[in-house]
Amino acid sequence: MASASSKDRNLLAVIGDEDSITGLLLAGIGHINEQQKKNFLVVDSKTQVSAIESAFQEFTSRPDVAVLLINQHIAEKIRPTVDKYQQAFPALLEIPSKDHPYDPSKDSVLKRVQKMSAE
Amino acid sequence: MSTTGNRENVFATRMALTNTKLRLKGAQTGHSLLAKKRDALTTRFRAILKKVDEAKRKMGRVMQLASFSMAEVTYTTGDISYLVQEQAKQASFKVKTKQENVSGVVLPTFEVDRVPGSDFNLTGLGRGGQQVLKAKEVYAKAIETLVELASLQTAFTILDEVIRATNRRVNAIEHIVIPRLENTIKYILSELDEMDREEFFRLKKVQGKKKRDAAIRTEGETDAASSPKPDSGEAEHTANLLSSKDEDVIF
Repeated sequence: MASASSKDRNLLAVIGDEDSITGLLLAGIGHINEQQKKNFLVVDSKTQVSAIESAFQEFTSRPDVAVLLINQHIAEKIRPTVDKYQQAFPALLEIPSKDHPYDPSKDSVLKRVQKMSAE
Repeated sequence: MSTTGNRENVFATRMALTNTKLRLKGAQTGHSLLAKKRDALTTRFRAILKKVDEAKRKMGRVMQLASFSMAEVTYTTGDISYLVQEQAKQASFKVKTKQENVSGVVLPTFEVDRVPGSDFNLTGLGRGGQQVLKAKEVYAKAIETLVELASLQTAFTILDEVIRATNRRVNAIEHIVIPRLENTIKYILSELDEMDREEFFRLKKVQGKKKRDAAIRTEGETDAASSPKPDSGEAEHTANLLSSKDEDVIF
């Protein structure tokens, strides 16, 4: 289905708090393209929910992003949007952050997994 | 019989019957093939389901470890987040997509494609350089896990979608297409039977009439009257028939 467009998807994008972003960027996933668009968004307590939403929409619609990482507590802020997101590309991953341990029961994909294994 | 359930709008002919039978056979073959495909996909899906669950939990641990090494960096070097964010230009850590085929479904898998770069070499030059390097490695490992998980999850999403589509098709064939074709066949058969019976009845009538005509003819010959051909002058025959038959009916 999305096989044709999946070839040139090779970036990872992140929406996360400062620590997560710093760590991931340190590993080398940071990328700034020709239009000076970053592939990461630092979210702190002052970031508006609408800003997170628009970043989420932007990353999910960019043709070069293969995986979108989002901190779980941030995903929680835009939970309806995240739960509505069903596309295969880019893959959406909820990752734990330093201050917020991972809660499998909140993960949108894991929720579906559990729903199906319960069947 | 033909009014129960819907059927296709065809003329009840033998050719339509043959066609419909062929289509029914095709539908049945398609149904069994799709059912097999669904089973294969479901098997794969279950395996992935289990793996996704495991990988998600593993990710939780790995990320915890990574956060810890980040904390070490912050402790020794101070806040480097601004520095790191400003230095990011070109991604050295990318993913490659590969494709895997499961009974006709293309599942993409991501693979880590890491270019050993010299990014952030100067970070932590003053102090904590070792911690920075360590954190870098730990995070790289963590991302590898994440990428693995991402490919599992993508496979999960795609398989889920494909299985649903296949299920829909299987059900549509099983509950709509096949009964419809069966109904059509039944209808055609009943119509053909009806036509058969009509034809038989007609032949019987013709035969009876021929017999009667022959009887009249022999009677007429003995009466020394001219015997007309059976297919011409039908009105006359019926008139004759009535008059001759009148005496026979005595009960």
